[in-house]
Amino acid sequence: MITRLEGADKVTGRARYAADVRLPGLLHAHIVRSPYPHARIRHIDASRAERLPGVHAVLSSANSPSIPWHDASSLFDRTVRYIGDEVAAVAADSDELAADAARLIDVQYEALAFDLVGEAREPKAEARGDVARGLREADVVLEATYRTQTALHNALEPHGCTALWHGDQLTVYESTQGIFAVRDEVAEKLGLAAQNVRIITEHMGGGFGAKQIAWKHTVIAALLAQRTGRPVQLALDRASENLAAGNRNATEQRLRLGAKRDGTLSAIDARIRVEAGAYSVGGEDSDVIGTYLTLYRCANVRAEQRSLRTNAGPAVAFRAPGYAEGNFALESAIDELAARLGIDALELRLRNYATRDQREDKPYTAPESLRRCITRVAAACEWRHQRPGLGFAAHDWAAGGGWPPAEAEVEFAHGAARVIVGVQDVGTGSRTALAQLAAAELGIGVERVQVELGDTQPGLYGPTSAGSATLATLGPVVQEAARLAKKSGHARAQRGENPKGKSIRTCGAQAVELAVDRDTGEVTVKRVIAAHDCGRIVNPLLQSSQVIGGITQALGYALSEKRIVDARLGDVLNANLEEYKLPTVADIPEIVNASESMPDAEANATGVKGCGEPPIIPTAAAIANAIYSATGVRIRELPITREKLIR
Amino acid sequence: MPGAPFAIEGAMTPLRVNGEHVELDVEPRRTLLDALRADLGLTGAKKACDMGNCGACTVLLDGEAVYSCLVLAVDCVARAVTTIEGLGEGGKLHRLQEAFIAADAFQCGFCTPGQLMALAALFERVARPSDAQIMRALSGNLCRCGAYQHILRAARMARDR
Ligand code: FES
Ligand code: FES
Repeated sequence: MITRLEGADKVTGRARYAADVRLPGLLHAHIVRSPYPHARIRHIDASRAERLPGVHAVLSSANSPSIPWHDASSLFDRTVRYIGDEVAAVAADSDELAADAARLIDVQYEALAFDLVGEAREPKAEARGDVARGLREADVVLEATYRTQTALHNALEPHGCTALWHGDQLTVYESTQGIFAVRDEVAEKLGLAAQNVRIITEHMGGGFGAKQIAWKHTVIAALLAQRTGRPVQLALDRASENLAAGNRNATEQRLRLGAKRDGTLSAIDARIRVEAGAYSVGGEDSDVIGTYLTLYRCANVRAEQRSLRTNAGPAVAFRAPGYAEGNFALESAIDELAARLGIDALELRLRNYATRDQREDKPYTAPESLRRCITRVAAACEWRHQRPGLGFAAHDWAAGGGWPPAEAEVEFAHGAARVIVGVQDVGTGSRTALAQLAAAELGIGVERVQVELGDTQPGLYGPTSAGSATLATLGPVVQEAARLAKKSGHARAQRGENPKGKSIRTCGAQAVELAVDRDTGEVTVKRVIAAHDCGRIVNPLLQSSQVIGGITQALGYALSEKRIVDARLGDVLNANLEEYKLPTVADIPEIVNASESMPDAEANATGVKGCGEPPIIPTAAAIANAIYSATGVRIRELPITREKLIR
Repeated sequence: MPGAPFAIEGAMTPLRVNGEHVELDVEPRRTLLDALRADLGLTGAKKACDMGNCGACTVLLDGEAVYSCLVLAVDCVARAVTTIEGLGEGGKLHRLQEAFIAADAFQCGFCTPGQLMALAALFERVARPSDAQIMRALSGNLCRCGAYQHILRAARMARDR
């Protein structure tokens, strides 16, 4: 069993995260945030803060460059659009002093009307066939509306960085899923050449999508470091993390599904609203319609989503963005449809799952892997139709196949290798899996391979850790570079194109066994059984970590997590880890990972696909379906709390 | 804290950290967590919530697991502080640390020092803790990566070794 290369660093506290960097003269920074959901700033007086001994710089719209930011706003905009919007920042000798100084900055606001509901904007829509006819010709039509909540990423490590300058060279230790994305954006915002910005991510404490873009704090830290001539560390506190660092968008999904007696789907109609928050920050493009267009074979489909701009924190990608939300509704609805048709819920899925990508009109590289996942889960849970408390859901995910560009360099001498890549290991185990691929190619033990990553300096481009794509993107490149280096001792390789005429996706299935206390509404999840197609499994131990991790997060999404916003004030009432209910060790069921290695030879030369996102996708629907099977009560809104069950 | 010596403002605060005696010049309001991280450079304990909700900052204070973000440094005078950096002995990993690696009981690793110290306090007290005791010891430590199942496996491995 091969364990994580950085295991010893992580269990001894040696692993260094962005806010663990210690440098002589280090200053600590705090951001002042808007207490209003919508307001104009009339005046900022920072003089009291500036006079405080130990305070080195204050930045606000009064004294800093107007750097254009998302939509038509700027770095410190004079209009604030949600509670938590950035207003000013302070750098001081200590964290405590920076917080003191932040409180001494006097900001006068003119409160403006705010909107927490939002106007629907132009839809993003896709259609094929004739939905009206598909519905007319259906023997059974299911019509239902499903809702999902705003969920908060709450990676245990808050967003943050340490920034320092050497002349006109900026170095930032950043907690990010995309060192190159941050490098390019920071360079652009500061008017620097990209090669004058170096981003380092040795280790990072979770991102789940919220760290796949560049946020304001990095540029703020860089500006403060520039102004003071000292290194500056800026880590968000937990409240800011919950207000201003992204969220999974809430949705409302109005569905109509039509089916023939034999279960053939004749129409899928989905009208979806998505709460986007105050800004389009990039990376929030949650493709809720995606799974409606691809999971099942259906000639007549219309799916549209409209986003709503509100005066609340901006949404950003959250592990399987769009698909976790869409799958809850679609897979709940398929279950409801199966009940109406009198067909076994699993059988209905097996009759309808798609073997080609209907969006792209191409066959999948592994058309039968979903069937394999479904049957593996069915066998592992001894699936029986209508067994009380047993629920099921299948899923697909548009990504996981990786894509160009990406580069890798391998040096090989005296039976040892050095692999250099420009990605970051966000906790998924990229370091270890890439080392294993290189070791296998070179015919040496994995302990003879050293992987260097998380640094833009070597100039080897690596992609953002998103779309479950890291291993499928870089695995083939590392393998190829290793193959070449075996002969020459030193080689570089580039990521080739994916096969043209085929579509690569990942998919899977899960079953949930649970019990519901009829008096209290308490749901006890006993077992979750999962099988996901992630191509060849390079490291079974690390793959199972992804599976249990995704399912554990999904339990929170299904049963307890929800951002609560006060409708009168626009404030987030549970912007902390006490009242925002994450799963704890006591909440987890037995998780059975029934995934098998299914090398996808057509996808790439390693046969590998990703597994980061898939496990979070089908759990919520499987739970809702199991609750229905246990109680006869159908809950169409997440999270499924006791109060909804008792009502 | 009956009997504990008083810390006087402006005076140095003597602490015993991982068996070593250190003198710190800290404000009375400085938490033990900030003193460890900022003044002593012991960054293994993490600041994730700074309000006692997550356990990432867990260290041992006289052998008990505490949230170091809820303890003032000046209240730790003459008490023994053990951090993750002081967990192994003589350059060797603690059996819990070895078990964490073997069971892949982490992903990002940010909660890991806290999880380990919470368990270390239990293992210090009870040589062969029950599953229920393990669960209780870990109940104040969040893991957003959702590694709990592997954390529990690691704790049992360390116990049964
Ligand atoms: S940082 Fe101390 S409990 Fe969270
Ligand atoms: S391993 Fe990431 S929070 Fe626990």
